[in-house]
Amino acid sequence: MNAEKKKLIRIIIAAALFAAGWLAEGTSALVSGILFGLAYLCAAYDVLWTAVRNIVHGDVFDENFLMAVASIGAMCIGLYAEGAAVVLFYQVGELFQARAVAKSRRSITELMDIRPDSANVLRGGVPVTVEPDEVQTGETIVIRPGEKIPLDSTVLSGCSMVDTAALTGESVPREVRAGDLLLSGCINRNGELTARVEKEFGESTASRILDLVENASSKKSRQEAFITRFARWYTPAVVIAAVLLAVLPPLLIPGAVFADWLYRALVFLVISCPCALVISVPLSFFGGIGGASRMGVLVKGGNYLETLARTDTVVFDKTGTLTKGVFRVQQIVPQECSEQELLQIAALAESGSNHPIAVSLREAWGKTPDRSAISGIQEIAGLGVTARVEGKTVCAGNAKLMRREGIPFEENTPAGTAVHIAVDGRYAGYLLIADEPKPDAAGAIRALRRCGIRRTVMLTGDSRPIAEATAAQLGLDEVHAELLPDGKVELVEQLLQTETNGKKLAFVGDGINDAPVLARADLGIAMGGLGSDAAIEAADIVLMTDEPSRLADAILLARRTLRIAKQNIVFALAVKLAVLLLGALGLANMWEAVFADVGVSVLAILNAIRILQVKSSKQRPES
Amino acid sequence: MKKAFRLEGLCCPNCAARIEKAVQALPGVSAASLNFMTAKLTIEGEPEDLTGIAESVAAIVRRIEPDAVVKKA
Repeated sequence: MNAEKKKLIRIIIAAALFAAGWLAEGTSALVSGILFGLAYLCAAYDVLWTAVRNIVHGDVFDENFLMAVASIGAMCIGLYAEGAAVVLFYQVGELFQARAVAKSRRSITELMDIRPDSANVLRGGVPVTVEPDEVQTGETIVIRPGEKIPLDSTVLSGCSMVDTAALTGESVPREVRAGDLLLSGCINRNGELTARVEKEFGESTASRILDLVENASSKKSRQEAFITRFARWYTPAVVIAAVLLAVLPPLLIPGAVFADWLYRALVFLVISCPCALVISVPLSFFGGIGGASRMGVLVKGGNYLETLARTDTVVFDKTGTLTKGVFRVQQIVPQECSEQELLQIAALAESGSNHPIAVSLREAWGKTPDRSAISGIQEIAGLGVTARVEGKTVCAGNAKLMRREGIPFEENTPAGTAVHIAVDGRYAGYLLIADEPKPDAAGAIRALRRCGIRRTVMLTGDSRPIAEATAAQLGLDEVHAELLPDGKVELVEQLLQTETNGKKLAFVGDGINDAPVLARADLGIAMGGLGSDAAIEAADIVLMTDEPSRLADAILLARRTLRIAKQNIVFALAVKLAVLLLGALGLANMWEAVFADVGVSVLAILNAIRILQVKSSKQRPES
Repeated sequence: MKKAFRLEGLCCPNCAARIEKAVQALPGVSAASLNFMTAKLTIEGEPEDLTGIAESVAAIVRRIEPDAVVKKA
């Protein structure tokens, strides 16, 4: 039988004895006194025992000791029923509190249920089921449908749909086939996969994320720090107040009855435990961190959640953060021929090059070039290429190339990189190549503005026309272009100085070469952390997916968390102070004090769990 | 080096704070933190100083929160 069940049975027996004592009160004072005494011993013996042991250790501010003193004190002044009831309710409250804590722990850890239980490793051609941490890198594992991917690995054979929701909050499963990287913690949906292990268990994504989230609460927010400090002097202060309350008035006020004031002092002792305060705030923050990780947002500490809630300026890096960071053909502007023809000529002329622009041209064309039709390819650094394609001389390159060849061309091209094409000395048109904004980038900026972000800024090393076009398209407030990496740091420092009233600045980058900026901002947020160690290391918050729109969700969650934590502090303090005041005036009895002690804890815990509940119903509408 | 323990059945946050303080005061422990939510106690110190640490931790936990059981994590 587990401890909780034992306690429950004890409480039931004690309650029955207590009820019997209550019924007997009218007939025989002796019988009811004995029944109350038995109820008391049944409910209180472990409290008494722990209290005795703690006094031996000199620990007078232990809650067991305080509860023992309060209840024995009540017995001494003849209040048998109250003495027994106080301990009985205290135990009921403790039971509720233990239940609530266990439940909230479970629901939070369920959110982060990415720890794989076992791995099927091929040893001598036979799959053997072992603990994930027993598998070495380079070994081959088999992942069956429905199983969690145990270690970061590369698919050798098989194809399947993989559910990354637990890591990224992304509900659409991803297709994987041979050569693709598998991240531990994801769930293999439908096909059997064999894969080569790339990282040991401790280094794999699942354990690194779990580690981060589990250790996140060691970085405490100001609210948490406040409540811990407060709790340290709360108990001694209330106990000293109780002693003074019992001793001073009977000595100073003529006609004051000692038993009366002693009772008021005992009320103080009952609510001197700071548990409700100490529990509710960290629980709220832990809930917030857990809820965020469910959305694919890793928060590395309660303090960062707090900073996020106070953010009013968001600075974005452009490439890879707001844009995809891949060049694509955006526009084809032919002079005479069709778009497809111009694209084909360009792709063929550039078919020998590995320049990103050449690659994007070939990708847009999408066919395999017939090498025999192309000859005499000449790359001219910084300008473009010339080649003979199907018997014609083709020049493909930038404006400088056209000028050098003396070919008149369209000079007013939109922002982006224009590739001009000339065939046999005649201008044929141009193709515009540009980095594309991410599909949710504009929505992300709008969502940020809706949730009260005052200023959105974009920094980039790109040229001004490209930067300004992107900023206008996405609706950003400010744009700073042509910046070198240290220029970005300088600019963020300038922006930081304009932050007032405790408002904060967050920088969002892809974590690849902006680590100094991430570190300098009040809050460093890295994007697309999946598989990128550098990003996870450098940032305070990691958006696991490539979607900037998660940021607004995370800000709302952070504010909600802070609001609930604040509610809990105010609520717990207000109830305790009210009962202290009423107790001192002789208006509150011990029953109310017990409620103020444990009832408030339970309510605060339930309030903290709210952070998770709305979120999970939004995230998983189908289940 | 780091050692981690899981305190099963830990349900009083105030006790958790006191356990953390008591473990920090143990000889040979350079840092200790107890995460109440995950019930995980992490201890840092030199390997040779941490040989008997499991027993000392168990004794502290028995004293402050008798309902909790110390497990290896």
